[in-house]
Amino acid sequence: MSQIGSFALLLALALSAYSFLAGALALFNQGYGSERLGETARRAGIAAFAIVLLAAVVLVVAAFQNDFSIAYIFHHSNRDLPAPYKFATLWSGQEGSLLFWSLLLSAYGLVLRLRYKTDVRLFAYASVIIAAVQVFFLLVLNFAANPFGVMQGSLPADGTGLNPLLQYPEMVIHPPMLYLGYVGFTVPFAFALAALIMRYPGEKWIHITRRWTMVTWGFLTCGIFLGAHWAYSVLGWGGYWGWDPVENASLMPWLTGTAFLHSVMMQEKRGMLKTWNMWLIFSTFMLSIFGTFLTRSGVVSSVHAFAQSSIGDWFVVFLALIAATCVFFYVKNRSHLRSEHKLESLVSRESSFLFNNLLLLVACFTVLWGTLFPVLSEWVQGTKVTVGPPFFNRVNIPVALLLLLLTAIGPLLAWRRTSIESLKRNFLWPTVIALGAGILLVALGMRPWKEASYFYSLMTIMLSVLVAMTVISEFVRGGRVISGHSGQNLFASMVQLARRNTRRYGGYIVHFGVIVIMIGFAGSAFNQDKEKELGYGDKMTVGAYTLVCRSYTQDYNPNYQSEWAIIDVFKGGKQIATLNPERRFYFASQQTSTIVANRSTMREDLYLVYEGLNQDTGRPIIRVHLNPLVMWIWVGVWIMIFGTALALVPNMAPVRVPAPARMHVEPVGAGD
Amino acid sequence: MSSRASLIFKSALLLLALYPLLGAGDEAARVNDLGHRMMCVCGCNQILLECNHVGCAYSERMRSELIAAVDRGDNDNLVLQAFIQKYGTTVLAAPTKTGFNRVAWITPYLALGLGILLVMFIVRAWRKRPLVLPADAVAPVYGVELDHFREQARKETEV
Repeated sequence: MSQIGSFALLLALALSAYSFLAGALALFNQGYGSERLGETARRAGIAAFAIVLLAAVVLVVAAFQNDFSIAYIFHHSNRDLPAPYKFATLWSGQEGSLLFWSLLLSAYGLVLRLRYKTDVRLFAYASVIIAAVQVFFLLVLNFAANPFGVMQGSLPADGTGLNPLLQYPEMVIHPPMLYLGYVGFTVPFAFALAALIMRYPGEKWIHITRRWTMVTWGFLTCGIFLGAHWAYSVLGWGGYWGWDPVENASLMPWLTGTAFLHSVMMQEKRGMLKTWNMWLIFSTFMLSIFGTFLTRSGVVSSVHAFAQSSIGDWFVVFLALIAATCVFFYVKNRSHLRSEHKLESLVSRESSFLFNNLLLLVACFTVLWGTLFPVLSEWVQGTKVTVGPPFFNRVNIPVALLLLLLTAIGPLLAWRRTSIESLKRNFLWPTVIALGAGILLVALGMRPWKEASYFYSLMTIMLSVLVAMTVISEFVRGGRVISGHSGQNLFASMVQLARRNTRRYGGYIVHFGVIVIMIGFAGSAFNQDKEKELGYGDKMTVGAYTLVCRSYTQDYNPNYQSEWAIIDVFKGGKQIATLNPERRFYFASQQTSTIVANRSTMREDLYLVYEGLNQDTGRPIIRVHLNPLVMWIWVGVWIMIFGTALALVPNMAPVRVPAPARMHVEPVGAGD
Repeated sequence: MSSRASLIFKSALLLLALYPLLGAGDEAARVNDLGHRMMCVCGCNQILLECNHVGCAYSERMRSELIAAVDRGDNDNLVLQAFIQKYGTTVLAAPTKTGFNRVAWITPYLALGLGILLVMFIVRAWRKRPLVLPADAVAPVYGVELDHFREQARKETEV
């Protein structure tokens, strides 16, 4: 098995190297036979996918066959591991996850190479760049982190098992989603660099890149929030985001990718920000690689980070090479990136995108800065400091609030110039409603002057209401115009409106999802928690809930032994649920893990953690968290996914131009 | 000063005098606040009061020490210094606002400020950028050029 896998990796490296070298030769040395040489490079890239897939299949089969002669399988699997987790072995360790990265990259490359007829030359350049990235990962896999390394000495009877924290259903889909996001940014990067190298005329490459970026961004969004949901459900500390370096590593490319998705519209519509967009996509890709470096080099300590290893040096060299390549071609061809238009007004869609990009990049910089500051501090002061949630929350929350404000204002601004009167007219009611929501919350008992977190929470909710109102008003305004022409009801008109310009209205739905998530975050200011030892029939009260311990017991299966409690939940004197918080002890890894019992509603989560047995009394210690509005976060993510999917759907039909004189509505933020 | 104004003034002075005492007895809130400003040092990278590791060798002891320090009446600074002495600077969940650590706090805001200035500068420069107009700019346009403008208008208004 290991020999097949190792050979497949070597073969994949040879094919990718050929795809890169032959492809580059065909592009830079146009002459007799260059087309055929280019075609062989394309086919080598396709073949590389098949071979990397073979290597991945071999590793998974080895996991299912309990082939502990392979060191990776010994360290990340065991005989009694359930089948889905054996499959997840592929990405549960350093070497396997690099192989998985390589597999996804070759899969993206396959799609790109199969669609080469869209623009043969542009796709050929992009294909060569992807092959170069693939060569790097295969070099690492072959010479620094080979997943098919064999065990020394006698063959072990069983493996040490998968990390218990990873034995959770979401872990089977969270890493693939995250990796699809990380790896996917290679494609827009390849197109951007290709366009720069070949001085690609027009904005067609931007259209191609935008779609890939949106798909990738969608995957990364899913990956990040699946990770948050996993942390919430498995780690048992009652939160979903801890500003851990690994979480930060995934957030940084997401922030720059989000900035790109906005600013790219300026290039499409107005031929502006060409240099900026180019560097945004370069940065996004480099941040993906940098994140991988962070988590694998041991430079920063993290709960999730893989152990320190020599592959960090490989990533440093690769990052330096990428940066040098980008700078070289930018300096060489920067004249190609001149803006076609000038900015006409500060109150315009263009300037809102500039500020939006600024805030997203400041947020990204803050995350990067906070993640790396412990390293900097050690260099300068000789002592390491911790940069944890208090720092990130304090610095990033004001930036996030400004971004929310821009999200409300931006869509109402027109390209080129917007009159103040128009802004006033369109903002009056949304602002009044947002202020009304704030007053209502204070009347209901929210006290923003008591704590900074309450103040931020109130501001978040008010700004979210403002964004919601502007989004709704955009739908209603457009819907009314269509309704006036077609005679359809308003809802049907709004659906038609969204189908006519899926990108714009899909984007609004994504914004709506974002505010739903932000409201969910705002709820964390009101979290409560309590811990108590509960014997048979013992009670504890948290918020409006009374918990009664009916029983506690133990269970056993070949993979783990578990202890759990049966807790009846009462509200208003009426039993509403029975929850079973659990703690497991995994035999193979000799590690414990908590299985949280959570009763989730739109209002709040009642989140129970089995902390363990008191050794003296033999009774379980139960920790209860009452977390308001958490479900809003997961609902918001679904809305974001729906909006992203809608934005990817082609427009239904060309939009007819109505005569301006017949329009009864003031034009506001037309365009995306 | 009228008697009413005098009463308001005296009340305000009294409130000001009582202000430092507000919350002095709220020890649970202080423990909660301080516990969220420190990390568990077991390597879990979690806030002290959020560390939920069963049998964690540090968090239980640290929480007990924190509660004892608050019960003793130590002020926040004293409590934090005692923890730094015992567990090192990494016990604090965020950098202090002294010495080089100030850089950690200032830099993001500095970046935001400089960014805003940069955007303002760009906006100003772009607005002042001269438009390269053809000599017959006021003349009506036809054919391909008109199509180009129509396309541009369509892109910008999406109607």
